[in-house]
Amino acid sequence: MKSLGSIRRDFAPWADPGAKPYISFENVTKKFGDFIAVNDLSLNIYEREFFALLGASGCGKSTLLRMLAGFDEPTSGRILLDGQDLRGIPPYRRPVNMMFQSYALFPHMTVEGNIAFGLKQDNMPKAEIEARVKEMLRLVKLEQFAKRKPHQLSGGQRQRVALARSVAKRPKVLLLDEPLGALDKKLREETQFELMDLQQSLGLTFVVVTHDQEEAMTMADRIAILDKGEVMQVATPAEVYEAPGSRFVAGFVGNVNMFEGRVAARDAGIARITGASGAEIIVENAGDAETGNAVSFAIRPEKIKVSSRRPEGAVNAMEGEVFDLAYLGDMTVYHVRLDDGQVVKASSLNASRVTEDPLTWNDRAWISFPPDAGVVLTR
Amino acid sequence: MNATWSRFNIVSIVLGFAFLYLPIVLLVIFSFNASKLVTVWGGFSTQWYVALFNNRGLMDAAWVTIRVGLISATVATVLGTLAALTLTRYTRFRGRVLFSGMVFAPLVMPEVITGLSLLLLFVAIGFDRGFMTVTLAHITFSMCFVAVVVQSRLMSFDRSLEEAAMDLGAPPVKTFFQITLPVIMPAIVSGWMLAFTLSIDDLVISSFTSGPGATTLPMKIYSQVRLGVTPEINAACTLLIAIVAIGVIIASLANKRREVQRLRDEQAAQRG
Repeated sequence: MKSLGSIRRDFAPWADPGAKPYISFENVTKKFGDFIAVNDLSLNIYEREFFALLGASGCGKSTLLRMLAGFDEPTSGRILLDGQDLRGIPPYRRPVNMMFQSYALFPHMTVEGNIAFGLKQDNMPKAEIEARVKEMLRLVKLEQFAKRKPHQLSGGQRQRVALARSVAKRPKVLLLDEPLGALDKKLREETQFELMDLQQSLGLTFVVVTHDQEEAMTMADRIAILDKGEVMQVATPAEVYEAPGSRFVAGFVGNVNMFEGRVAARDAGIARITGASGAEIIVENAGDAETGNAVSFAIRPEKIKVSSRRPEGAVNAMEGEVFDLAYLGDMTVYHVRLDDGQVVKASSLNASRVTEDPLTWNDRAWISFPPDAGVVLTR
Repeated sequence: MNATWSRFNIVSIVLGFAFLYLPIVLLVIFSFNASKLVTVWGGFSTQWYVALFNNRGLMDAAWVTIRVGLISATVATVLGTLAALTLTRYTRFRGRVLFSGMVFAPLVMPEVITGLSLLLLFVAIGFDRGFMTVTLAHITFSMCFVAVVVQSRLMSFDRSLEEAAMDLGAPPVKTFFQITLPVIMPAIVSGWMLAFTLSIDDLVISSFTSGPGATTLPMKIYSQVRLGVTPEINAACTLLIAIVAIGVIIASLANKRREVQRLRDEQAAQRG
């Protein structure tokens, strides 16, 4: 049997130009009065993909989900599901099901009743409904709670009932609106993996809306980062983190240090960037930046090394003073104020229990990084 | 907070309760009076209750009142619920403010005016006054109370419940009957009970809109009292009080038990 990891490694329909998208947003715009919630947005989602819509509140991610479910219609543009235009199809005739942020469990029905509700709408034979409900209860490990009402369940149990109810009809697509938002941290981490297993074992397409980047990174095959109703970048979690397409994406996902400067020289892939204070950075992946462009150099804190002396042979090194540090156990985060005034965050893994050369507040320190540790951003 | 039973507090409580309930207590006591004189105690007796049940006029009036109450409360509940749904769900339609004003106007309209205007209407269209007209009048004024009660419940109703039902394949009408209605049912029942109570004790509007053969109990009692209070009336009122009190007690006990059960369930769920 293939492990989850190997299935996921092989799964990349978006990279195949011949693959047909399963869900397509084509130039979709949605206005509420004068407010533009979604602005001329196009997006493809493939079959069996675990797709995350990530963004701050008000970025239009929930509106996209509601348009897929049929609660809102696009003002212009169209949404295709498996080649079919969804315009005008009411929510109760769409082959998608949604798990609501508030769970929306029917308070007057038992757990069983909630799960069976969707199946009854399809006039499924009674015996089949019973069997399916049992199967769903087993899937979410709630067999002994079948006769309970929603208010007799804990938050985590309610979440699982909502999940069971939304997958009971075997929809083509499952939409999840902040599925883990109401759970505490520990439960959230466990449930993330349960959701991924469920998606793989049922072979469904998942579209999840979240504002939690860690959640999106953990679960999704690809992430769409949204801002003000527009897609900023669609990519795998690793690409989003290591190769952000813009300053917004770099700043939105994870921690980042930004150096502003101008491309002084460029030779093949290698560029020399000069900052306002005269500091120079040599970069290998300069992308499409051209000589003279104003650019940002973005580098993640864990890619920066902090030391008390200038490391020998370092291509990029700058001197400063440790101005703050936070010991987190597994790692230490240094805030180094460079001599030109910029504060740089650098985190170093505490791989051994004792450090020979401990840096502390107000120590002089060097930061250094190799030429391929960061990216050059023009947008 | 410390409850301090100072002399002042005790006196004000006693006076307050006396002001509210002494008349009712007196009424109940004198309904068991053996004497025919309403204000002189002549020993314990239940004769007035026997007399009451033998009084055709009062019993007929009671029967009319109950029928008017049942029919008008039921129709008012249906109409009031529809009005409440319209007002909470369709927040933007032409004339919404006017509609909302018209629905709630009877709340503040003096009863005399409601009664008189209905009387003029019935006379104008040549509608013979009687059982029908009283019932219609009661529907008109009690509908707005139902609308208020149901609307306040609908305000806190989680719309995602309906969306979830539709998402799972239930068309709008089915969603309404299987999800919305059961969830707001307690408010609808309270609305019905409020409408029923208002109907059975209404005097002013009934007097304007009633006709021969449709005398309600409050009208009958009022007209008899004008000829002098009889202990029979005391007995009738005592029975009314008993019915209302039992209803209120049952409702609040049921409510309390539900609340306790719910709390216990939630605590059990928290423990896992």
